[in-house]
Amino acid sequence: MGALTRTFRSFLLTELVGGMASTFKMMFQPKVTLNYPYEKGPLSPRFRGEHALRRYPNGEERCIACKLCEATCPAEAITIEAEERDDGSRRTTRYDIDMTKCIYCGLCEEACPVDAIVEGPNYEFATETREELLYDKDKLLENGDRWEALLARRLEYDAPYR
Amino acid sequence: MAQFFYHTLAGQIILMLLETLAVLVPLLIAVAYLTLMERKVMAAMQRRRGPNVNGPFGMFQAFADAIKMIMKETVIPAGANRALFLFAPFLTFSLAMLAWAVIPTGNGLAVADINVGILYLLAISSLGVYGILIAGWASNSRYAFLGGLRSAAQMVSYEVSIGLVIVSVLLAVGSLNLNDIVLAQRHIWFCVPMFPMFIVFFISALAETNRAPFDLPEGESELVAGFFVEYSSLAFGLFFLGEYANMILMSGMISILFLGGWLPPLGLAPFTWVPGPLWLIFKILFCLFVFIWIRATFPRFRYDQLMRLGWKVFLPLSLVWMIATAGFLMATGLLPQVGGVN
Repeated sequence: MGALTRTFRSFLLTELVGGMASTFKMMFQPKVTLNYPYEKGPLSPRFRGEHALRRYPNGEERCIACKLCEATCPAEAITIEAEERDDGSRRTTRYDIDMTKCIYCGLCEEACPVDAIVEGPNYEFATETREELLYDKDKLLENGDRWEALLARRLEYDAPYR
Repeated sequence: MAQFFYHTLAGQIILMLLETLAVLVPLLIAVAYLTLMERKVMAAMQRRRGPNVNGPFGMFQAFADAIKMIMKETVIPAGANRALFLFAPFLTFSLAMLAWAVIPTGNGLAVADINVGILYLLAISSLGVYGILIAGWASNSRYAFLGGLRSAAQMVSYEVSIGLVIVSVLLAVGSLNLNDIVLAQRHIWFCVPMFPMFIVFFISALAETNRAPFDLPEGESELVAGFFVEYSSLAFGLFFLGEYANMILMSGMISILFLGGWLPPLGLAPFTWVPGPLWLIFKILFCLFVFIWIRATFPRFRYDQLMRLGWKVFLPLSLVWMIATAGFLMATGLLPQVGGVN
């Protein structure tokens, strides 16, 4: 490209006009972003979101207080205390997860022999205070009850690969 | 009633206040919606959605932002010069508002239809540098100081070429009155015969208002926010308002100097039905759209490129053009008589 052509190009602002034409065209193309709170992206069945403690269909809680999850948790976010119940079975009296410590690695889910603790599809559990994120057993069981239908389906989807 | 307003001092003052309000209130609303327009247009050009939750098409977003801004705490940094620190945003804001006094929105429809309107505008926009310099210095922060210095250097550099461009327009008009400048464009808008100067003025206006691609003083990536890093709450809000009001003012100046102000594009029936002020608003809106469009398109200039463009390209170009205009007008005998509209 000769010096003359270059001078003409820079004085006629051809490249700038070309750039502006391209941005102008973009204005009329479909949006690529999701209209988030009203529109959500697809989630994998393996998505690791908010934790839940599941129950058996008869309403009995699955957790047998083996503490494998507590032991495997790399962030030490899980605290479990257990006692023998009146019917002789071993159950937790305390099952806390500090959601601010949790790194959502999914190792608790992997470690659980009875599929009691799982990470669900919910990722919208932001709270206004820190304390609300210190989940106790009631909160986790409640999550399990709320999401059970989805949780069971997700486990079913993932079963062939386990 | 008319007797009271036109013949007593109190009446005159009240009339003046009302006129001022009639300019300021729409201006402030325009500033609020300009921020929304900027976000919406930029979003569209980047194929995003932009604010769309508060009210229809996010129309209330501007007010939500304003309320948020007011609720914040005003932080005055330790070691800052308190008085100057608080004075700077007020200066920037009030100067941006003051300049609107002379902008004619229709034939003779200006708060102050003075004979040196364009000089007044130049003076006010030159004073704008002080707000930025004071803010940069009074913050007692390195980033703010560097931002203020850059901004001052940039604004002063581009004011030179703005001045020369205005001179070549004035040569063709023969009057410093903004009303006369618009009326001189009855036959043809100055953006046609003086197209290169129109472009030079437009680009200088971008630099003058510290807009992308000349937003070096703000330079998020290197200076955090430039001269107003240390500002928060209402003081920041005033800077913000002042900056956007300056953008609208510059668009107004472009419209008046080059796009025929309140004049319709053609003196024919469908165009003349639209009232003059509306035409001015259309033209200002168009300029603002281009401002935003440019911001969405170009990356930021480097500092030395900015200075090179101002001093080595625009200054000689506008000087040559000014002399060429003068020569052409002299040679063809079209030079307007002083004080008269040809």
